[in-house]
Amino acid sequence: MTFQEITALIAARFSESRLDADTKGMQPILIVPVEDVAEICRFLHEDEQLYFDFLECITAMDNGPGTATMEVIYNMTSIPYGHNLAIKTVFPRNTADQTLPSVPSVSHIWRTADWHEREAFDLMGIHFEGHPDLRRILLPEDWDGHPLRKDYIVQERYHGIYVRYEDGNSEQLPENEDRA
Amino acid sequence: MMSDKTKTGDGGIILTNAEDLMNWARLSSLWPMGFGIACCAIEMMAAYASNYDLERFGILPRPSPRQSDVMIVAGTVTFRMADRIRRLYEQMPEPRYVISMGSCSNCGGPYWEHGYHVVKGVDRIIPVDVYVPGCPPRPEALIGGFMKLQEKIRGEHPIAPELFLEMESENAALTPA
Repeated sequence: MTFQEITALIAARFSESRLDADTKGMQPILIVPVEDVAEICRFLHEDEQLYFDFLECITAMDNGPGTATMEVIYNMTSIPYGHNLAIKTVFPRNTADQTLPSVPSVSHIWRTADWHEREAFDLMGIHFEGHPDLRRILLPEDWDGHPLRKDYIVQERYHGIYVRYEDGNSEQLPENEDRA
Repeated sequence: MMSDKTKTGDGGIILTNAEDLMNWARLSSLWPMGFGIACCAIEMMAAYASNYDLERFGILPRPSPRQSDVMIVAGTVTFRMADRIRRLYEQMPEPRYVISMGSCSNCGGPYWEHGYHVVKGVDRIIPVDVYVPGCPPRPEALIGGFMKLQEKIRGEHPIAPELFLEMESENAALTPA
């Protein structure tokens, strides 16, 4: 099934939803509004003609404080039909004093999404609404910030260990004497 | 009946001092803790295996820090791993030694600038005796590291109290040449 046929099915089902398509690149991408992500994904998963049973990956992007948007891209495949689809959602980015941007979770549709969303939360700081267990997955629980954000500044110390390379002689600082 | 000892002319008696004997025993049975944290561990495993055969030096991995003499930090030390490594080191009985294997563990390696998640050198969390350079070091290099560690142990004074050593060095300074 081609991209046009798939988008036609989605457009027919979600007629009131603001859908857009980006066909400039190698792989055409369907751009969907952030609040409809879970509903559209459920349709893609359950519809008999589409049957996207395999979520390949979830990609999160930070467009930086200038553009002030973030993106989440879902790549999926239907194993029995052999067709693929990429859908993307764009949403506003939060500043330091605001809460994290929120995207509906798709972990109840594809179990794969559970850990992928945890990774996007961990490194990018995106909150997935309805996720059963949204904890950090790679970094330690008590880490500060989300490292793949464009404006991320690494913390000075973690459990007394100096994080950056430059200050190699930080051992001489009085608070570090106990680990000599 | 002639025994083997008579044949070789070896009377079965060795004259040495307790310190040398102790050092010899220690350096001839260095038991590393059986753990690896990244790709350097692959080279470490190759060093244990038949081609390089670390066991001919009396080096065989132990499954518990309580039974280990030396910790080979073979790989990238992430901040998440740092607390665990410190804990494992603390669980080892003394005398204990640490070999830092590979660039990551020596100084952060390729993660030195943008690796927010990597401890820039395991010596920021535990004391290191021998640094083995390489990315990853070949098994020969790790064996070289063990040789260095053996050299270091050979020169140790496990029995002599520190005060005695101090006096000895003072005496040496006072004695005219």
